Amino acid sequence: MEIVKTIKLIHDYIVRDEEGNETGKVRAIDGVDLDVAPGQFIAVLGHNGSGKSTLAKHLNALLYPTEGQVILDGFDTTDESHLWDIRQEAGMVFQNPDNQIIGQVVEEDVGFGPENMGVPTKEIWERVEESLKAVGMWEFRKKSPNRLSGGQKQRVSIAGVIAMHPKCIIMDEPTAMLDPSGRHEVIRAARALNQVEHITIILITHYMEEAIYADKVFVMDEGKIALQGTPREVFSQVDRMKELHLDVPQVTLLAHELRKAGLPIPEGILTSRELALALGLQPKETGSAWD
Amino acid sequence: MLKDVTLGQYYQTDSWMHRLDPRVKLLGTLSYIIILFVVNSVPGYLVCGAFLLVCVLLSRVPFGYILRGLKTIMVLLLITVLFNLFLTPGEPLVSFWKFTITKEGLTFSIKMAVRLIFLIIASTLMTLTTSPNQLTDALESVLGPLKKLHVPVHEISMMMSIALRFIPILMEETDKIMKAQMARGADFDSGNLINKIKAMVPLLVPLFISAFRRANDLAMAMEARCYHGGEGRTKMKPLVYRKGDVGAYGVLCAFLAACIVIRVMGV
Repeated sequence: MEIVKTIKLIHDYIVRDEEGNETGKVRAIDGVDLDVAPGQFIAVLGHNGSGKSTLAKHLNALLYPTEGQVILDGFDTTDESHLWDIRQEAGMVFQNPDNQIIGQVVEEDVGFGPENMGVPTKEIWERVEESLKAVGMWEFRKKSPNRLSGGQKQRVSIAGVIAMHPKCIIMDEPTAMLDPSGRHEVIRAARALNQVEHITIILITHYMEEAIYADKVFVMDEGKIALQGTPREVFSQVDRMKELHLDVPQVTLLAHELRKAGLPIPEGILTSRELALALGLQPKETGSAWD
Repeated sequence: MLKDVTLGQYYQTDSWMHRLDPRVKLLGTLSYIIILFVVNSVPGYLVCGAFLLVCVLLSRVPFGYILRGLKTIMVLLLITVLFNLFLTPGEPLVSFWKFTITKEGLTFSIKMAVRLIFLIIASTLMTLTTSPNQLTDALESVLGPLKKLHVPVHEISMMMSIALRFIPILMEETDKIMKAQMARGADFDSGNLINKIKAMVPLLVPLFISAFRRANDLAMAMEARCYHGGEGRTKMKPLVYRKGDVGAYGVLCAFLAACIVIRVMGV
């Protein structure tokens, strides 16, 4: 059974004028069908305003469908009686790390979710320890979040979600406000959770490099799913991606241009290592930060 | 510049006073302040002073830190003393020009000064030895009975702790906006007070907008993490009384009783 499933999901935002009267509707999501199997690493790509953040909020019952259905691990998100089950099973990491950390000390913030769920005190401490260790932030447990770097703050946010023992984590552009090393930290933590703990990850991003290790990529455009498939399938369609105002990873673009110029290279090269091998060169072992 | 402001004045060290349950400290400080206005004789003040001195020694906070708290209210203290000194009617002691110092005025102003100094040292000591977090927890627990009267105790303490969490963030943001405006020629430093206040207005507008946006984001993040008010919530760091705390209550009660006895006996 799919862990996350949306059926013909439609979401309209109501536009109001200054007096609060309805003046129109904007369709943010338009008939999206999404199927995510447990344990998958999913990337959702899309340019600004393509509806990807709105989609994310539907998966955690922060927004409700205008039409269609969202089913999370068998629960319909409109079913109020399972609201807290849904929010516990589908953890959410947001864009701005400052605006989602509630505690004044790292460990207190991680304990916030379990506290809300009514977990006994002793177990909260166990959960806090295991989740901080899972993201490599255990030694910072007594620090104030204000003293951490962006990447570290975001890892604390992820730990706060893991402490609730979710089956699935939805990350809504968790790296958008971070520097390259912070981005790398967060993505590495997300991939480790997926591979070691087998937590389903839905990563919403507009950095193409972050999507190349996903099991499946969805590309959204104007509220619809424009492209889907493995990263290789998606990124090999360089021209289609350009139409959707998206880049492909730089290596893929280079390979595409070389191929157009006549070199015998396959489509859908994702890493510099693959490109080097395709060109018959010995790849350097250092590689890019994303290898 | 704004980054240097530390909120609350928690002095981090490990002492008996620091480890004391925050509820004991909160209730202790409150009752100490009340009792300061009950005692009105020299022996009474000596007992109060001795009690305070023991507390200060137990806290292992340097005296300088505690006296710093007094500096800020020095002006207020002087005004109070002067008003009481000159404006209390009674038996004249010294008289010059239009002013008369009366005997009653002198004793009353000394009393007032001692009371205020003790009061401020006591409350400074509490904030120095209790982190803001513990203080909000203690407040929630002490005000707990008010829940029956539908006072949103949990919500109030949650708001307080969120406010504490966001003060440094908003400070940083203010600093950023100020620098951005200074880079475009805004002048925050010159001119008289009114001009300075006027210069703050364009600072406050973006700050407010961003604060509201943050509040919105935070509310969503809290909901996403199953926050639904205080009901059915467990505590990661519950407040539990230990033996030392019970002992402290005992000592506090003995002290309060002694003060009341002194007052009643009129020593």
